[in-house]
Amino acid sequence: MTDSQLKEDKNMGTEMGTEIGTEVKQADNASGIIESGQPVFQAKDFNLWYADNHALQNINLTFSENEISAIIGPSGCGKSTFIKALNRMVELVPIVRTEGHILYRGDNIFDKKMTVEELRTKVGMVFQNPNPFPKSIYDNVAYGARVHGIKKKKILDQIVEKSLRGAAIWDEVKDRLNQNAYGLSGGQQQRVCIARALAIEPDVILMDEPTSALDPISTTKIEDLIQQLSKDYSIVVVTHNMQQAARVSDKTAFFYQGYVVEHDDTSAIFENPKDKRTEDYVSGRFG
Amino acid sequence: MQLVDKDQVSKSLGGRLIRNNIMKFLFLLCTLVGLVVLVTLIVDTVLDGWNYLTWDFLTSFSSSRPENAGVYGAIIGSIWLMAVTAPVSIILSVGTAMYLEEYAPENRLTDFIKINISNLAGVPSVVFGLLGLTIFVRQLALGNSVLAAGLTLSLMILPVIVVSSQEAIRSVPSTVREASVGMGATKWQTVSRIILPAAIPGIITGIILALSRAIGETAPLVVLGVPVSLLVTPNSALDTFQALPMQIYNWVKMPQEEFQYLTAAGIIILLIILFLMNSVAIYIRNKFSKRY
Repeated sequence: MTDSQLKEDKNMGTEMGTEIGTEVKQADNASGIIESGQPVFQAKDFNLWYADNHALQNINLTFSENEISAIIGPSGCGKSTFIKALNRMVELVPIVRTEGHILYRGDNIFDKKMTVEELRTKVGMVFQNPNPFPKSIYDNVAYGARVHGIKKKKILDQIVEKSLRGAAIWDEVKDRLNQNAYGLSGGQQQRVCIARALAIEPDVILMDEPTSALDPISTTKIEDLIQQLSKDYSIVVVTHNMQQAARVSDKTAFFYQGYVVEHDDTSAIFENPKDKRTEDYVSGRFG
Repeated sequence: MQLVDKDQVSKSLGGRLIRNNIMKFLFLLCTLVGLVVLVTLIVDTVLDGWNYLTWDFLTSFSSSRPENAGVYGAIIGSIWLMAVTAPVSIILSVGTAMYLEEYAPENRLTDFIKINISNLAGVPSVVFGLLGLTIFVRQLALGNSVLAAGLTLSLMILPVIVVSSQEAIRSVPSTVREASVGMGATKWQTVSRIILPAAIPGIITGIILALSRAIGETAPLVVLGVPVSLLVTPNSALDTFQALPMQIYNWVKMPQEEFQYLTAAGIIILLIILFLMNSVAIYIRNKFSKRY
């Protein structure tokens, strides 16, 4: 009895999942027609090694302005490594070595003239696990602004409110801005982290599996938020979840064993993949 | 096929539970041995010294006549000693820990330094005394001054604070570090605004425990030639001084029986100071500790 019940629940779950998936996907196909804007990031013959492990091989990819680009692929395919290369966070791992170029609005990010501080001010990041500072919600969001020398209380107040509104969490936290961010739920923490990234008004937001540690309801909220944010920001999102890529993104890149196998409109990747491996992956045959 | 014999399982149950209780009892016994010894020591000391803990005892200098002897000079000297040891050791060791954990490149040399700092923490204090005697007292001609002794004790507790600070810094999750540098904060901004505030409870606990060790240390002071009897308090860090553990050590050696009671009274003072320092450490740890 319990078995059949479970099965039923599971079926319902998948049915609902696909329903939501197709619904949003259709809406997305419509938005996918938007003309591609200026290129924001261009990787040119980019290679990356962790010591002897050739993790990224001859990557050539272009991400455009005001576009949501998804990066999908099985574990260990290099998708997280690549997104972390875009703001040079990957350099925190000491054994990393790179070759080739990544251009951010035409400038090579590995050039000596480009400091990581400058790059990361323009290219914000949201991480896999919600990682607020052990500070109040207000101080979390104001952190970036303070780091960049903004001290006036009045301006900070405005930045905090605008960013929290932008991350769709203002109404939930406006009465407890001075409480520790650790008191929030995981989904709320992640939206505070998004607000924190928005507070320095970046040009691009990188999201490294932003919902993988969250429950389905929080995931939906973050996905909605990503779509809203794409009006003002260029977004690159790494995801393990193919439905998520299909739901939220305009363009999708499929990474496999350190290579970009295919990069195209999301609808094309999911409906008419050109490569056999892409087809196998998006149809769930591996990964 | 049944591999688990149910009868055997139920038969062995009684024996397993008995062994479980025996082990629990043995562990309790081990704890009690330490506790009983400690309580005996404290009770014995307090009984011996209690009647000698008078205002006169606290405000008199040392003397060859037990009825006149006091710890005033020793307490003031020990405070002077800490006034030199604390800032020197804190600045040097927290700086070292910060460099090793946050800035140093990860290579063999850094690993070598890290391992040897841990080893240094295990070097006997008398060796540090000899080092201090050679370098500070003789080479730098500081004599048996507060400065020479303070620097020696600083060197002695330096590795202890470095190791505990390193652990405190390491316990700050790398995810918050990434969040900070990911927003364009510089290393120093990340260190000063995120890492230090989060690591400060652990760092301060380590500092106070190390200073507690320094204030009770006798061997290096014996080697440095710190006087046991003095009728003045230091006016500057270059003057010579008395120290509480030296005073106690000296009284223990005295033939008159009364000095044994003074020793006990001196130990009580030292224990009270240690107790206060540890209380401060616990208070700070609880007040600043952050949840992750």
